[in-house]
Amino acid sequence: MARIIGGVGTTHVPSIGKAIAEHKQKDPYWSPFFDGFHYVHQWLARVKPDVAVVFYNDHGLNFFLDKLPTFAVGAADEYRNEDEGWGIPVSRSLAGDAKFSWHLINGLVADEFDITMCQDMLVDHAVTIPMALMWPGGGACPVKIVPISINTVQHPLPSVSRCLKLGRSIGRAIESYEQDLRVMVVGTGGLSHQLDGERAGFINKEFDRFCMDKLTSDPEAIARYSIPQLVEQAGAQGVELLNWVAMRGALTGRVSELHRNYHIPISNTAAATMVFDNQAAEQRKAA
Amino acid sequence: MRPHAIPGTVLFDDEQARKGLALNRMCFSFNSAENRAAFLKDEDAYCRKYGLSEEQRAAVNSRNVLQMIAAGGNIYYLAKLAGIFGLNVQDIGAQQTGMSVDAFKDKLAAAGR
Repeated sequence: MARIIGGVGTTHVPSIGKAIAEHKQKDPYWSPFFDGFHYVHQWLARVKPDVAVVFYNDHGLNFFLDKLPTFAVGAADEYRNEDEGWGIPVSRSLAGDAKFSWHLINGLVADEFDITMCQDMLVDHAVTIPMALMWPGGGACPVKIVPISINTVQHPLPSVSRCLKLGRSIGRAIESYEQDLRVMVVGTGGLSHQLDGERAGFINKEFDRFCMDKLTSDPEAIARYSIPQLVEQAGAQGVELLNWVAMRGALTGRVSELHRNYHIPISNTAAATMVFDNQAAEQRKAA
Repeated sequence: MRPHAIPGTVLFDDEQARKGLALNRMCFSFNSAENRAAFLKDEDAYCRKYGLSEEQRAAVNSRNVLQMIAAGGNIYYLAKLAGIFGLNVQDIGAQQTGMSVDAFKDKLAAAGR
């Protein structure tokens, strides 16, 4: 059976892609962020995931505002990146696991999540940058992915609580998959930031700390925030926290925080990286 | 006033989405290098092709991000337009807050202290 081995949350700011292309990882501006990934690399080498389920938001590459799904699940064996118009280099393609994707889709719809299914899906920087951070060097990525896009752009957005439930449904579906896969879940974006309006540059360290603490121990505490409250506390684009909440929801076992790096600012954003361990019920019994 | 008004923030809601569709559609087209070049070659013709309203055309012409948002622009799409002019999110943050780019960067750094 497939097992959920843990989760990673990370910022996906586009300029990280530029910094990687220009080898700026050790620059004083960038090192406080990139250094936070040393632990992630060690952890990944230890837990050896086969597949990563990635919760992210599309910023106008695969989806436009003409037809915008609230939740969309990739069901392809390959996901390409393309020019996003922001001058960041086009990334390597990423391998998918269509059979596993369809299993998750079947689980979600059986659970009454009316998602959009995508056999063709471009993935933007919100997928490619986290993958480049976790597996640097530009070579073939050792894991296959299932990208799950959450609308964080066009209001009304799904509620925090709904995203937590989406994650939980994914977690149940992963654990009911017959093949022995080691599955990690990823939530990308955030934390607090705002790009638009006179409030541009808004960052909220206290709220970010609250969220990082509660993600492990009490995600329901975050789920009590309405979307307007979340915009107020995390900033208009800080609502990408929804991706982190969905990731946390998919960790169905006993969850503990293994690593946290938090640095302000990267670009206009409070940059966070976290690693979570997930001890499934079966493993706990065996231990 | 709309419910849940947050100062200095325009939620990209149904009203904004309806108002901004043409402008955002044009910005979406800038994912293509060929389209970015076509815009730079003949901005008027390019804006006409996408059916921008007078308000949207004036906002694009002014290069003023707050005006573009008022005309229904979504920031992720507007960032693609800003990229054509070589502006990044610190540049447009500074413009929207009426600060110099250095002062805006200082403000971001101060949020971490």
